[in-house]
Amino acid sequence: MLEYGKTKLLQGNEACVYGALYAGVQFFAGYPITPSTEIAEGMARILPHIGGKFIQMEDEIGSIAAIIGASNAGCKSMTATSGPGYSLMQENIGYAYMTETPCVIIDVQRGGPSTGLPTKIAQADMMQARWGTHGDYNAIALAPSSAKECFTETVRAFNLSERFRTPVTVLTDEVLGHMREIMTIPEEGELKVHKRQKPDVPPDWYRHFEITPSLVSPMAAFGEGYRYNISGLTHDPDGFPTAVPSEIKAKLEKLHHKIDNYLDEITSFRTEMMDDAHVAVFSYGTVARASYQAVKMAREKRIKVGAIQPFTIWPIDEARIKSMLDGVKKVIVAELNMGQLFYEIQRVAPKSTEVFHLGRYDGEVMTPLQILQKIREVL
Amino acid sequence: MNKTVIKSDVTHHYLRPKKKFPNVWCAGCGNGIVMGALIRAIDSLGYDKDEVAVVSGIGCSSRMPVYLDFATLHTTHGRALAFATGVKIAKPHMKVIVITGDGDALAIGGNHFIHACRRNIDITTILIDNKIYGMTGGQFAPTTPGGAIATTAPHGNYEKQFDVVKLAIGAGASYVARGTVYHVDQLEKLIVGGLKKKGFAVIDTFSNCHTYFGRFNREGDAVEMIRWFKKNALPVEAVEKIPPEKRVGKFVTGLIYESDATEFCDEYQMLVDRLAGKGNAQ
Ligand SMILES: Cc1ncc(C[n+]2csc(CCOP(=O)(O)OP(=O)(O)O)c2C)c(N)n1
Ligand code: SF4
Repeated sequence: MLEYGKTKLLQGNEACVYGALYAGVQFFAGYPITPSTEIAEGMARILPHIGGKFIQMEDEIGSIAAIIGASNAGCKSMTATSGPGYSLMQENIGYAYMTETPCVIIDVQRGGPSTGLPTKIAQADMMQARWGTHGDYNAIALAPSSAKECFTETVRAFNLSERFRTPVTVLTDEVLGHMREIMTIPEEGELKVHKRQKPDVPPDWYRHFEITPSLVSPMAAFGEGYRYNISGLTHDPDGFPTAVPSEIKAKLEKLHHKIDNYLDEITSFRTEMMDDAHVAVFSYGTVARASYQAVKMAREKRIKVGAIQPFTIWPIDEARIKSMLDGVKKVIVAELNMGQLFYEIQRVAPKSTEVFHLGRYDGEVMTPLQILQKIREVL
Repeated sequence: MNKTVIKSDVTHHYLRPKKKFPNVWCAGCGNGIVMGALIRAIDSLGYDKDEVAVVSGIGCSSRMPVYLDFATLHTTHGRALAFATGVKIAKPHMKVIVITGDGDALAIGGNHFIHACRRNIDITTILIDNKIYGMTGGQFAPTTPGGAIATTAPHGNYEKQFDVVKLAIGAGASYVARGTVYHVDQLEKLIVGGLKKKGFAVIDTFSNCHTYFGRFNREGDAVEMIRWFKKNALPVEAVEKIPPEKRVGKFVTGLIYESDATEFCDEYQMLVDRLAGKGNAQ
């Protein structure tokens, strides 16, 4: 059970479970896969006690389908998986974007491609979290780096998902998922929990995909007096398939701008010792922990280096990253892959900032020494 | 000028007239007949429109929910049952109906189909079985008879077929029936039975795709194909009385199998109650 205010020794995966409970998860569907399985197991254990629903589906395609169904029937819904399962889910994740269905997907990353390294770490699903399904859409993905952040970022994932009517991915990894850390469960009310905005118009007036000034449409649920159509076909504001160019354009722009217009609300960073930094280490998730250590070590050697950690991997907040890198001569993008975040930072960094890549892709964690060595190399 | 005023029948009460008519189906397609039977079945049971969710996949048949004035979810190809499972578990009091094609349910969605049967979850599935992929222009399906012509079986289909009824029974469905678009009264009754059944109900519904199956296989137009259903249907009550040699090439219709297996949401609720009785043990 979720015990507010209790200090616990938790795995990242368990912290995701508790974060989801804190956020009010009501429905979980999943399929076992290392290294994410503890999330499904925790949900199976707890949800029936608290009036929630759990189902182990026949595969990940079914899991994501079931949570989308449940979300449209009014439940805060979630699934958890790892690379192969995340790949299987992609078509229906696209359906969730298109139908503006809130849901949370936790991807505990492992090495790939294919079955890859079931029990070893990687951060190579970052681009998949943005471009995994076909077509034009905008995506939100979050990346914690500790058990505590697994908790808080899962809460935030639910909040953003419900707030913007969109699927949100939480990218953790094998080490984070299984590592145990002390954390205190926040008190009830300590963290904000967003409630889905319901329509305040009578059923006759209701349009499930209405293009409102805020671009986010209130959302009714099945079985509550509103009847409407939901379709993965490109649709008009009533949810009916359309081939009208102006309606198609308006729909795609809604999907993009309802996220891009709210970057301040969605993106979140932590910075350390950036005030006078000439060099920055840009990293997220487990790697960020090594980066802070490396920066500390470098500072002891009087190297002016700082660290930037995005908690929001997608969308990329160009303006904010530009301003954070303003005056920074060199930025090292450290990640557990052969170059993904690197290309994004290269794209958005100020012209005066040189961008370097430090990748590791042998199933092991990035060490502070590796990062320190790279800092010295680029100086 | 004389205006012809058409009296609105029960069907119109359940359609979304202003929205999406005329429909996408070819004139004479069996899908419309199934839609009529479904509407009359729902009406005869007196369900509140707000209590009904109709979920479908992708295909000509799966376009049906768009026209119906219920909570409607038109999903991805093959996945309707998995989406519907989420809807049903989230709102067990809702009547959840799945409209699916033979390709949708049995090829790409075969895994979800057998597992929905196995769970015996309270969903009524109308499987519109036209022996072909209509929407994509006439490729063969897991139900296409041996030797039949399809665009991807231009020399005749050399694959074996699923027997939908046996598959559903074997996988655990608790109500398995077969109807046709000729026998509309029977179809309506079978749908009523499926809706009343607390468990997974499958109504394998033979329907005509004259545009592709009929044309490729020289089975004639819609009327001729529907006549074929009339001629070759064997009511389940009569099968035993007919000598085996006269059953060749025919198919059985009616309620073929029913069991009283417990339903998934009921099982889950029993678990919840059991845990509540035991207290809040972790
Ligand atoms: C993932 C995916 N694969 C393929 C398709 C293309 N597709 C659309 S409908 C369909 C077959 C439909 O056949 P059936 O389910 O029998 O329905 P019918 O059109 O005959 O009613 C196919 C293959 C798709 N939409 N999605
Ligand atoms: S193609 Fe076949 S299944 Fe599709 S609407 Fe036409 S007749 Fe019906």
